[in-house]
Amino acid sequence: MEKKPLNIESRLAQIGSVQEPVTGAVNFPIYQATAYRHPKLGQSTGFDYARTKNPTRSVLEDACAELESGDAGFACSSGMAALQTIFALFGQGDHLIVSLDLYGGTYRLLERIMSKFGVTATYVDTNDLDALEGSRRPNTKAVFIETPTNPLMMVTDIEAVCTWARRHQLISIVDNTLLTPYFQRPIELGADIVIHSATKYLGGHNDVLAGIIVTKGKELSEEMAFLHNSIGAVLSPSDSYQLMRGMKTLALRMDRHESNATAVATFLTTHPAIGEVYYPGLPDHPGHEIQNRQSSGNTGIFSFKVKDARYVEPVLRHIKLIAFAESLGGVESLMTYPAVQTHADIPLEIREAIGVDDRLLRFSVGIEHADDLIADLDAALGAAMAEVEGSTGA
Amino acid sequence: MSIDKGPSGLETQTKQVSAKRGHEEELRFETKLLHFGGEIDRATGASSVPIYQASTFHHEDVFNPPLHDYSRSGNPTRQALEDYIALLEGGVRGFAYASGMAAISSSFMLLSAGDHMIVTEDVYGGTYRLLTSILSRMGIESTFVDMTDLDQVKAVLKPNTKAVYMETPSNPTLKITDIGAVTDWAKEQGLLTLLDNTFMTPFYQRPIEFGVDIVIHSATKFLGGHSDVLAGLAVARTQELGDQLKQLQNGLGTVLGVQDSWLLMRGMKTLSTRMAHSEQSAAKLAAWLQGRSDIEQVYYPGLLNHPGREVHEKQSSGYGAVISFDVGSGERAKQVLNRVKLPLVAVSLGAVESILSYPAMMSHAAMGEKVRHERGITDGLLRFSVGLEDVDDLIADLDQAFSASN
Repeated sequence: MEKKPLNIESRLAQIGSVQEPVTGAVNFPIYQATAYRHPKLGQSTGFDYARTKNPTRSVLEDACAELESGDAGFACSSGMAALQTIFALFGQGDHLIVSLDLYGGTYRLLERIMSKFGVTATYVDTNDLDALEGSRRPNTKAVFIETPTNPLMMVTDIEAVCTWARRHQLISIVDNTLLTPYFQRPIELGADIVIHSATKYLGGHNDVLAGIIVTKGKELSEEMAFLHNSIGAVLSPSDSYQLMRGMKTLALRMDRHESNATAVATFLTTHPAIGEVYYPGLPDHPGHEIQNRQSSGNTGIFSFKVKDARYVEPVLRHIKLIAFAESLGGVESLMTYPAVQTHADIPLEIREAIGVDDRLLRFSVGIEHADDLIADLDAALGAAMAEVEGSTGA
Repeated sequence: MSIDKGPSGLETQTKQVSAKRGHEEELRFETKLLHFGGEIDRATGASSVPIYQASTFHHEDVFNPPLHDYSRSGNPTRQALEDYIALLEGGVRGFAYASGMAAISSSFMLLSAGDHMIVTEDVYGGTYRLLTSILSRMGIESTFVDMTDLDQVKAVLKPNTKAVYMETPSNPTLKITDIGAVTDWAKEQGLLTLLDNTFMTPFYQRPIEFGVDIVIHSATKFLGGHSDVLAGLAVARTQELGDQLKQLQNGLGTVLGVQDSWLLMRGMKTLSTRMAHSEQSAAKLAAWLQGRSDIEQVYYPGLLNHPGREVHEKQSSGYGAVISFDVGSGERAKQVLNRVKLPLVAVSLGAVESILSYPAMMSHAAMGEKVRHERGITDGLLRFSVGLEDVDDLIADLDQAFSASN
């Protein structure tokens, strides 16, 4: 009888477990060493220099590769460092097709840094295959998608885009930060490269800055290993350990993030201060069906628009339980104002075209009790409405 | 978000601390290593900088963001380290990266496609690999020259030359570049100057004092000093360059982790004592090697016959702790490596424990045999990074390894 593979919950809980042969320590040790003694000249233990390979980082990298159904994993000093390492695959004259609704840091990297080296990008709605085809050029090398997008939660059909990309010999890169391999595995849907800002759900505690790359295929994996080592933006051993520690509880956290986000988003759809709510978990979200087909669950963040931009400042002032800070994906709830925080680097016309305006707030729902979060938001929204209406009346 | 907030208040804090303790005059380097402004936590009085293992920071007010808002853009622990190295190198702003190569690759991003760079020919193998296989694809061209000969440097100037990259002493043959001469010429030509100061550290050599624009370190080496932290540092001479490097560091995300930032600062506190001890041992070891008939060549800037010694003494207050020597052949080098008992046979250098490396197969393997031989990195060349062991033990160990290897 064929052995049934372990479920993802079990594989997550046992990352790095019982892999240490000397002492039997159940958790993998933190190897802070940079240099590794060569047993004999020309012989290696497999480890030579920590930038190239570090035992602690390797356990993390192998676990990520396995969880994402890829062939090789690479841990980087931040999500942006991971992205930069991937983009170093490209050079002068190369062109990329990129999701229109995009994390501001990715946009900045492409427009302010990669552009200096002759790499150009076109931003399109990656769920529109005609738009994708229309933006393809003879020098197009890759397509980069975020799904769902940040912050507007637009859903892209990963399989459709990857199939199209393959037909044109383009590398397909998927940012899987918001769903994690627990809910979505883009390589199984045809992607070549998966990237994570592991600072978010994979780490999950707002305490580790990290990026993860997973590649499919021998050639691409070897090329990425070369770039990872040569550029040197690798993750430290202590942060590698912290990240693995966070990932052990990924399944539990994601389940709670999803149920909390659904509860809070549903509550907001009925609130008088709220206009639109963008969450693929809601049945009327335009991407709901694709999302359900390609993912086994929904992320813990969503965005919403207050009816009046004047509510924003008092809402952020009145929230007590929810912290007003950048980032997302942690056990604590965080509220972000994309127009001035995460997306400030995206030009106003692009921001407004996709709907990142001054009424939009992004809520990374933590694992607190949903009722406490709803009460905090309800109170802040009520106070904001009273202040604004009060000043209008006076 | 890329809010560029400028350096933290730590610089000012240093001055306040100094004034409070009655230091009117500039503190000496050894003292600055311990009293750099971040040595006392202002909130609790704790005797070392706390490790802020936070990725994000709460905003009390929407339109008045806190000093640090996201750890990639700025983290208090990393900031303390960045201010520390800026102070030691005498620059305006410091940056900490995930590795020395991350520091180097991020700094090179200051250039654009179509730019040309002049690089010292016996540059570290990893830098050579970055230039010839990744930056070349991005349209950045580099010419490798013998930086000890200013005429050669001048001869390769092109209309699109934008920068000069130096290492002195170079790795592994310890050739000496005249920092002031190259920098003065580069300035006349409007070129950016970068210098890898890993071998000397600011304890012995402060290139910014000679006008160098960006000083880079593999802090994995002497600054960290314990073979337990992978890290890179860069220091900018001017505010403008500092702002540009800040944008790149944040935009590329090649930052150093917070625990490693703390470990690095901990290592740096003992920099002067470690360097001084290792240097004293290195001088004795180099003289001993030179006196042996079975060693063909010894490279150490402290030796009287070392080419460039005079230039080196003009710009550095010490000779460092790295010695290279040629044992005659690749075959003998391999025997020696397999017979030594005390030094770690490994890549890397600059640690409390001595490390013996074989450049041809380790640090400079990326270079290819032809280029390697042209640059004097022969098959018999070994590189010895002298640690804190008793030097007579190191000599005895090498003696037994040499005697048994033919």
